[in-house]
Amino acid sequence: MVREVAESCVESLLTEIVSQYCNGFYANKPDLAARRIEAIGYQVGHQLSERYTMERPRFSDHLEAIKFICKDFWSELFKKQIDNLKTNHRGTFVLQDNKFRWLSRVSVAPSSENTGSIQDPSAMAESKEAQATGMYLYFPCGIIRGALSNLGIPCAVSADISNLPACSFVIRIKA
Amino acid sequence: MGWWDVADLWYGGFGSVKSGIEEEWDGSWDGKWDEIGLNFVAPRSGDAIFASVERVNSELFTLTYGAIVRQLLTDLEEVEEVNKQLDQMGYNIGVRLVDEFLAKSNVSRCVDFKETTEVIAKVGFKMFLGVTASVTNWDADGTSCSLILEDNPLVDFVELPDTCQGLYYCNIISGVIRGALEMVSMKTEVSWVRDMLRGDDVFELHVKLLKQVPEEYPYKDDE
Repeated sequence: MVREVAESCVESLLTEIVSQYCNGFYANKPDLAARRIEAIGYQVGHQLSERYTMERPRFSDHLEAIKFICKDFWSELFKKQIDNLKTNHRGTFVLQDNKFRWLSRVSVAPSSENTGSIQDPSAMAESKEAQATGMYLYFPCGIIRGALSNLGIPCAVSADISNLPACSFVIRIKA
Repeated sequence: MGWWDVADLWYGGFGSVKSGIEEEWDGSWDGKWDEIGLNFVAPRSGDAIFASVERVNSELFTLTYGAIVRQLLTDLEEVEEVNKQLDQMGYNIGVRLVDEFLAKSNVSRCVDFKETTEVIAKVGFKMFLGVTASVTNWDADGTSCSLILEDNPLVDFVELPDTCQGLYYCNIISGVIRGALEMVSMKTEVSWVRDMLRGDDVFELHVKLLKQVPEEYPYKDDE
């Protein structure tokens, strides 16, 4: 039987690391805080993907690995699959979760000029809330990057929340 | 069947209740009986609450916590500082979690500290971590005891390297208890006595009640 804990345990940890790193250690250095939160996610993704692929043959190509993230990996984490997968056939994949669980209790009102992309944290510095949401998203971005890196795929991952409650993760595989 | 005639009901007593259309009713009813129940807000068991809350695979939780501890060790360098930080994070979580706990458990005011610790062990631990603790080692005046945890999802797959000997890996739990109790007016001191990561057979938390702060209402009568 799969061992479970209350979802609020994970949410509490997530809230707390974001608040510790953003308000405590690196209050005036959001980029440093972001890097730490991403690093924690990376560690988690790396280990989870190690566990979930133990009994599988190696993935034959990038697409197979990405599909694994969308289906099995996402289901283990969020009890649902990614809803939509797109690619430009040049190493970029967009994974859309129509109702991303970790944002369901975060309230944000993205303004029109703010796309909600977390690639440039300074761009959303004007809105504390948007910044906090951006910070939360470094964690799942790190998880995806860690999981793929464990599968031998170095990449960069960013998130886009311009379509709340949907959330898109953009994976750029390094050539 | 028609409406009950209230007067009949009153004067006839239970033996000879008659309906408004003057028929004897033998108590039979072909329709559906609904159980109403009298205790509408009974406290719920830890098992019942855990079964009803949203749950996640504990690996995600365990590994996330492990990664946080690891990152803190890198950033803060001193093990003692990490212990403090974990306790502080736990405290903040406890302060917030107590609302969820009270809302979901329907627990009413505990009569004494003994009942409080029992509720933490049997309901609190269960509804969040899916395990229960036991309470032992009471002192004579009932203000300090031990919570024994034999199974702890926080330490699945964890082994401490020699460089972390002074680390109280589960310090977040003691912080949560301290924070949550402070929200219900109890100042406590919570510390680890036994730790499975240090070779003990169980986890043992010592909980000491320092002060029971009388509840302060947020308003005064003349305001």
